[in-house]
Amino acid sequence: MASEGSRKSGIAVRPDPLHGSDPILAPGQTLGSVTEKISSIVIGKGNTTPGWIFGAFISFCLLMLLNTVITLLAIKGVGIWGINIPVAWGFAITNFVWWIGIGHAGTLISAFLLLLHQKWRTSINRFAEAMTIFAVMCAGMFPLLHMGRPWLFYYLLPYPNPMWLWPQFRSPLVWDVFAVSTYFTVSLLFWFVGLIPDLATLRDRATGRIKKIAYGIFSMGWRGSAAHWARYEFACILLAGLATPLVVSVHTVVSFDFTIAIVPGWHSTIFPPYFVAGAIYSGFAMVLTLAIPLRKYYHLQNMVTERHLDIMAKVMLATGIIVAYSYVMEMFMAFYSANQYERAQFVERMTGQYAFVFWTLITFNLVLPQLLWWRKARRHELTLFVVSLIINIGMWLERFVIIVVSLHHEYEPSKWFMFFPTKWDWATFAGTIGMFFLLFYLFIRFLPMISIVEMRTLVHETSETGPHSSLYPVPPEA
Amino acid sequence: MKSDSMTDDPKPKSFPNDSVDLGVARANVEKMGKKRLWQSLEELSDTKLHRDFKENEFPSRYKDSDGINRRDVLKLMAASAAMAGLSACTKLPQEKIVPYVRPPEEIVPGVPLFYATSIPESGGAVGLLVESHMGRPTKIEGNPGHPGSLGGTDALQQASILNMYDPDRAQTVRFDGNLSSWTEFVAAMSNVRGRHIGDGAGIRILTTTVTSPTLGSQLKALLAQFPGAKWHQYEPAATHSARAGAQMAFGRPVNAVYHVDQADVIVSLDADFLQTGSGHVRHIHDFASRRSLPDGPSSNLNRLYVVESMATITGAMADHRLPLRSSDVEAFTRQLAAAVGVSAAPAQAGPNIPADWLKAVADDLTAHRGSSLVIAGETQPPVVHAIAHAMNAALGNAGKTVVYTDSIEAEPVDQMASIEDLVNDLNANKVDFLLILGGNPVYDAPCDLDFLSALIKAKLRVYSGLYYNETAEWCHWEVPATHYLESWSDTRAYDGTAGVVQPLIAPLYDSHSEHEIVAILSGRPGVSSHDLVRDYWQSQRTEKGKAFDDFWELTLYQGYVTGSALPSVNAAVQNDFLKQPASAAGEAGALEVVFRPDPSIGDGLYNNNAWLQELPKPISRVTWDNAAYVSPNTAQKLGINTQDYVELGLGGRKVSAPVFVTFGHADDSVTIHLGYGRLRTGSVGTGTGFNAYLLRTSSAPNFATGLQIGKTGKSYPLACVQHQYTVDLDGQKADKESVAAVEQRDLVQIATLDEFRSNPTFAKHDDTTENRDLSLYPNYKYDGYAWAMSIDLNRCVGCNACVIACQAENNIAVVGKDQTMRGRIMHWIRIDTYFRGDLENPEAYFEPLPCMQCENAPCEYVCPVGATTHSPEGLNDMTYNRCVGTRYCSNNCPWKVRRFNFYLYSDWDTKSLYGVRNPDVTVRSRGVMEKCTYCVQRIQEAKIRATREDRTVRDGEIVTACQQVCPADAIVFGNINDPNSRVSKLKAQQRDYILMSDLNTRPRTSYLARVRNPNPAIRA
Repeated sequence: MASEGSRKSGIAVRPDPLHGSDPILAPGQTLGSVTEKISSIVIGKGNTTPGWIFGAFISFCLLMLLNTVITLLAIKGVGIWGINIPVAWGFAITNFVWWIGIGHAGTLISAFLLLLHQKWRTSINRFAEAMTIFAVMCAGMFPLLHMGRPWLFYYLLPYPNPMWLWPQFRSPLVWDVFAVSTYFTVSLLFWFVGLIPDLATLRDRATGRIKKIAYGIFSMGWRGSAAHWARYEFACILLAGLATPLVVSVHTVVSFDFTIAIVPGWHSTIFPPYFVAGAIYSGFAMVLTLAIPLRKYYHLQNMVTERHLDIMAKVMLATGIIVAYSYVMEMFMAFYSANQYERAQFVERMTGQYAFVFWTLITFNLVLPQLLWWRKARRHELTLFVVSLIINIGMWLERFVIIVVSLHHEYEPSKWFMFFPTKWDWATFAGTIGMFFLLFYLFIRFLPMISIVEMRTLVHETSETGPHSSLYPVPPEA
Repeated sequence: MKSDSMTDDPKPKSFPNDSVDLGVARANVEKMGKKRLWQSLEELSDTKLHRDFKENEFPSRYKDSDGINRRDVLKLMAASAAMAGLSACTKLPQEKIVPYVRPPEEIVPGVPLFYATSIPESGGAVGLLVESHMGRPTKIEGNPGHPGSLGGTDALQQASILNMYDPDRAQTVRFDGNLSSWTEFVAAMSNVRGRHIGDGAGIRILTTTVTSPTLGSQLKALLAQFPGAKWHQYEPAATHSARAGAQMAFGRPVNAVYHVDQADVIVSLDADFLQTGSGHVRHIHDFASRRSLPDGPSSNLNRLYVVESMATITGAMADHRLPLRSSDVEAFTRQLAAAVGVSAAPAQAGPNIPADWLKAVADDLTAHRGSSLVIAGETQPPVVHAIAHAMNAALGNAGKTVVYTDSIEAEPVDQMASIEDLVNDLNANKVDFLLILGGNPVYDAPCDLDFLSALIKAKLRVYSGLYYNETAEWCHWEVPATHYLESWSDTRAYDGTAGVVQPLIAPLYDSHSEHEIVAILSGRPGVSSHDLVRDYWQSQRTEKGKAFDDFWELTLYQGYVTGSALPSVNAAVQNDFLKQPASAAGEAGALEVVFRPDPSIGDGLYNNNAWLQELPKPISRVTWDNAAYVSPNTAQKLGINTQDYVELGLGGRKVSAPVFVTFGHADDSVTIHLGYGRLRTGSVGTGTGFNAYLLRTSSAPNFATGLQIGKTGKSYPLACVQHQYTVDLDGQKADKESVAAVEQRDLVQIATLDEFRSNPTFAKHDDTTENRDLSLYPNYKYDGYAWAMSIDLNRCVGCNACVIACQAENNIAVVGKDQTMRGRIMHWIRIDTYFRGDLENPEAYFEPLPCMQCENAPCEYVCPVGATTHSPEGLNDMTYNRCVGTRYCSNNCPWKVRRFNFYLYSDWDTKSLYGVRNPDVTVRSRGVMEKCTYCVQRIQEAKIRATREDRTVRDGEIVTACQQVCPADAIVFGNINDPNSRVSKLKAQQRDYILMSDLNTRPRTSYLARVRNPNPAIRA
């Protein structure tokens, strides 16, 4: 068996030829050691640690809170939230855009960087992808929950019906339905296909009968034959090709929800690139928020090295600058365009009743991340962790400012009205965070959070005896 | 315990049935009276009666809770079975009633009938046409033929239909808190009558202002039977000062009929003549007719000067407004009188009145002899009214802009004196039997009279009213009164025109009219109201037999008696009162408190009316509460701000109230509205506001000085629907910004008459026409009809009638105070209010805002399911069935006219409210968006009718609900594809403009700009 064989092989990792002392894989890793390291987290004994239980339990409680909110929503209606006329979209859509944005980093890492042959992605792509899927699941709930009559959600789908009624295709919300569902489908497929060889490894290493059967079912009969590997590689590349445009398109479509409308503060052509950059910004922040504790807790510093942190911090810095540019341009255009409504909107943002939110957002998204110009900060775990959290919060505030602050101060001064979130607004948000983390906890407990097969490839490629400059893994000892 | 003693003794309950023997009856009355007295005295031993009252909420209510027995249960079961039967099969009225529009022989299901009737009000009835679906009244409209209406009504009259369907109405006759019956009541009353034959010294009757000629004659006949009996009248906010002022000026209580349309210059002395008082609906019509600029710049406008303490809609329409404490208005009046040549005693040293202002007003008045008008308000003492009459006489206005007639009241009396007299008799234990017909004196009588302690000294007390209210609680007999839509009666309008109240439906409950109750006492039990009213008119007319039948049918058909307006009388001002010294003006710096009826719920009668409770009050835009209104200066001086909960103290009496800082209020003055803070009302009114009557004494019913304000440190949330309540007294930033935005965004276009003449197109944008067609797509061509609306801001007085009319027509839900504060009020048309100028005395502008029905509607293209679409006639339609509630359309609506059902706001459970719903309009469920449709159901109805008659819809055939009710005729709807339609002609006027035209959404609703007519002699 392939996996058994690799464990026995004694190939030693040689120093990275390009980066010498700053490798993407710590020296001394062997095919056997990476396999052992990653799979033992899943099937080893004593892995259900108190820390894991505690975290999973808290997340579970939050998920139950989400259940409560959903029940209440079903019984009473969206009035339990603080939304009103004029602020008809509140936390729900803010959370939707935020979660969708978070998802983007996973797809970017797994698909976009795969096509670009960025080897450093290997050790982070699996959990980044999982993060994508869970984030999109959280995101996808909000458009449903925020509807006045969610049981009629299928009106948004082009399903055949005797009245020949179709969705109204000019509405960006219909585009959202297609964009998000496509995105979720492709991401899920891509993630699952990538998991198949690893599931086979786990199947082979598992000791319990239930685990053997479960992993056996999901490994889809993987035997590690050459034909399997060839099809696997082809499917990965194909799905990566499909997923790559989605990185750009999904958040572009989400941004259309705003640009297509005539609300001052929404109606702007800068939104698509600005939203995509913002999505990647927040997505990488979330990857770091997850990766830093993970590598520490599960001692994965050998695989998720300081260099990874450094690279991700640089991506954040770069996208953060794009986001900052967008903010400045948005504001500049508001004044340069001489459009009185836009102007009033931005004056209100900066000086109005929600000004503290705006300035917090600027501090969190623009000012504090400038720390990342320093190499030391990029490689300092705690600093990076705090900065990534701040960016996550900052990006949430950005969506809040765009949605709520714009709506509360629109065209008609008689209908300028504040939005005050209720406890149920917060509960819904906290509930999806709980759901996200519970799924993530289950993921790290039951699935390899780092791709075993790709790590072995990486070991192989960077080893002294292995073939150089080949992306494709050769089945060890085939 | 008191409860035991009551339930153990069955005699009081059986009293009415076996009381044929006079002696036994007398003993029973006394016995029961004593018991009640003792029971109440225990309550009374506590001097803080009202507080106790509030805490225990009517102890007598609770006596059944532990004393219910088998017989009571059986009675209850029988009564509920009877009530179920009543509500299940409504009996058709026995009497002949005549529809206004078409004959009743063929009721076509789905096609409404209209009947003419009148709503009785103390200041004069207003004629109505009531829409009836299958015998069920659903909508009130003004009667175009009736002089008090001319097609319009006010908001309260519109909403009065909801009172009839109110599930909290009194429904059964009760005796001593237990279920009883009309038969038992009749027997008991016959017994009372039996005891008092020939004498009646112990009989007292308390009514509200009686304008019904029939009821008046019935009561007079009753008094003739019982010479010792007395008839008292009391209503808290009727035309007391006007009556007394006329008495003072002319020696008799004549009725002043103002022809506002005849006046070029009008001076209002604290008179909110467009909102309250006699003939206010007609006043709006007449006033607006002089603001319409029919010939563009060459037309003339009248000019209105208003002196008032609190900003009212009348003040908002003024060309010049002077905020002045109500206690200083008399001084102003005396100075003005002197300036126009009426030699009244000089004013005592008092307020600082700008001399140039006063002189300009006086000059303007004298320059318009015979075409000017001075109106004094109900908050002013009689002497101000008398001086105003003297001024009108001196200016030659009498007989021209103001005409005097005999009083429209059946028996004009000084009601304050009348109730005081009654209280004295009660306290002297002279009253054996007290019949209270309507009103609510326990709640609203002057607080110094302590009416309740006096009331319980009457040995037998009968209350008849719409609700089991505070007064009913303390009466032995509680007889549900019929609503005016359920009973026969008659009325007089502000000019004396007699109108007939004809029922639209048989009484929903075991209710009986005042006529029937008085008839029992007169010894005619069982006579129907219809016969009483008809017989009265038969006695008044010369026609007999068939001729009278014809007269009667015509009267019912048109709703009023042709030519019955009271003839004008020659009233000469008796100048004695002018010599009397002036009353002292308000002490400088001392706080005064002014009592006004609430602009939404009146004196408290409409307290349980949810439509009116949720109606934003003019200017302040507060709903669901009254407040202590103060000016920004006074608030700053006292260190209080909006929503602070303060204690108002006056003469040792105290009441806690929230503060509302309002613009244009006179400094050192506090206005509080009557009608709130009810202790016993329905589920809607409970817990709303505070009771202003607790400070109102018989000696100072209008205003009083010496108010003390104590801070409590607490705050009280007020549900204000426009954000001005966020005014920060130090920075006033929010307000300044909105004011700036209003001007930049051209929401309200304003010019003076001179500016309009020099630049007639001031309201137009330069960029509107050329950029319209810069689109990739060709314009849609509207063949056939193209519906549109024009709203004249110069006519609109902001009376709110359209808001309620829309609510009634379109089944719009009420959301409650909490939801209102959350920004979820549902009104499809709202009256936006904007201010210009300083906070102390800004100009106020009203802007009714329905859906704009944009041709390029931003709401339509963002709807993911196509639930809001454009009709080929230009309507922005809403398909409720299809709506999934994404609310995107509302976000994209620049005017925010869309309303969302965040919860299930429509009441689907209360059966009695089913009746009030318009069957032509969907009752919306939770989670759907709704909005103004230009009353699409009315459009469809007219189109179907036109199609059947093979013609097109005529101009004016479709009248939207807001347009129909508008007393000012400010809203006009029609087809703009027809160049001769009224709306097309209005849109062709130079003043026509659309809101935020730069958005190029091409609204179908356009506005006619406001043109003011300031006096050049007064510096702006």
